[in-house]
Amino acid sequence: MEVYSVSRITTYLRELLETDPHLADIWVSGEVSNLTRSTAGHLYFTLKDSESQLRCVFFRGATLQRDLASMVESGAQVVAHGRISLYEVRGDLQFYVDFVQPEGVGELAMEFERLKARLEQEGLFEQSRKRPLPPFPERIGVVTSPTGAVFHDICAILARRWPLAEIVLAPSAVQGIEAVRGIVAGIAALNEEPDMDVIIVARGGGSMEELWAFNEEAVARAIYASHAPFVSAVGHETDYTIADYVADVRAPTPSTAAELVAPDRRTVATTIVARRAALSTAARLCLDEGVGCLRGALGRMEHCAPPIDRDRQRVDDVLRLAGTMIDAAFARSREHVGGFRLQLRSLHPQATLARGYALVEKDGVAVRRVRDVKSGDALDVRVSDGGFAARVEPKSSARRRGSRPSQETQPPLFTSDGA
Amino acid sequence: MATKKNKETFEELFRRLEETVTKLEEGGLPLERSLALYEEGMTLARRCQEMLDAAEVRIRQLRETLAAPAEPEEVEEEIPWDDAES
Repeated sequence: MEVYSVSRITTYLRELLETDPHLADIWVSGEVSNLTRSTAGHLYFTLKDSESQLRCVFFRGATLQRDLASMVESGAQVVAHGRISLYEVRGDLQFYVDFVQPEGVGELAMEFERLKARLEQEGLFEQSRKRPLPPFPERIGVVTSPTGAVFHDICAILARRWPLAEIVLAPSAVQGIEAVRGIVAGIAALNEEPDMDVIIVARGGGSMEELWAFNEEAVARAIYASHAPFVSAVGHETDYTIADYVADVRAPTPSTAAELVAPDRRTVATTIVARRAALSTAARLCLDEGVGCLRGALGRMEHCAPPIDRDRQRVDDVLRLAGTMIDAAFARSREHVGGFRLQLRSLHPQATLARGYALVEKDGVAVRRVRDVKSGDALDVRVSDGGFAARVEPKSSARRRGSRPSQETQPPLFTSDGA
Repeated sequence: MATKKNKETFEELFRRLEETVTKLEEGGLPLERSLALYEEGMTLARRCQEMLDAAEVRIRQLRETLAAPAEPEEVEEEIPWDDAES
């Protein structure tokens, strides 16, 4: 027979209890009694029903439940969530409570509240991490059923409002046992896509059970992990899911989600028209300003401009003077030319002949001296109006020089032989 | 796969349009620069408008990812769409 120490037994029992998965995550309903509050802020109470009691402890910090104090009142009927273990110091079996709901709330609602409180405590709903949606999405991911009206509605709205986007569908069941895995995989797959601007997870209206996938922790964590900004659009306006709290934006309905993620192209077109008008107005202002500057500059230039008119007159004067001078120069030139002409005329042999001289040639050469000829030479004589032939007479060579003989005594120099 | 890094996005064009308007409205620029901004803004506005006018929504479906959480390979599947304008 083996004898155990108390410590060994209590430790063994604690380990036994803590290895049972049912006892690690359990809901228990009962009436609150013997409620005490420690100075550290922990709550100790007993849950009981008509037959049994269970010692409970609620450590401060085990949950973020704000309304806990009002809920855990002596006599209150509650449903508590937690784990069963053994407090070895006293050997007491204890229920370590982390969440309390008033009795009468449905099972799913309790689970919802518990998960919500836990994730909120963990920071998954932090407002500070909510991301803004891109103004002009190019690629919109949608996780939803490929067959339902929801996807069709989203496409119809986006086609009308913002056809610039590409819609990428990650098909998934949105209720039933496959829904959670499908939604989580869909969110992950869309995040693998390049340049996903925004992701919508959508489902039409339904009961809390039908919407339950969107209250699962795995879905909440997948949304939390999404790189792309996230929009949840589950059920009707009144339905809130955990997904709604984690998402960057909650859309009351799937159709609203389609309107939230993209602008209306007509509104954008109006904005563009307004921008064009603004551009024109601003450019016109700049132009007017420029023209104003130019006017001012011109005005100033006129004030400081040199007296052009005076100079112009001076130029006129100079030109006139130049003209006169040129005319005078021409006149002088003409006179010169006239003089030359007279001179030239007097030099012409014809003029000499006209004055009564004759030109005597022998064999085509002008006879200049007496010795140029001898008796009997044939000569050509040219006078002003023509010419005739002549012959040299054998006569006094003494008369070659000396005073001019009288007309009576002097024999004719030439005798005509009938020309 | 075409990524939007390769082409000018509407968002980029629209942002530049807004910037151009702001710059021009602030004024104080040389006339030549103002007119260049005006031209640029008008071009951007026209291109934005063209993108809006020419756009047609595209719809693509990833392969069934329901029971395959690991590697969801995709098919470029065009879903017929005849309800674009309403």
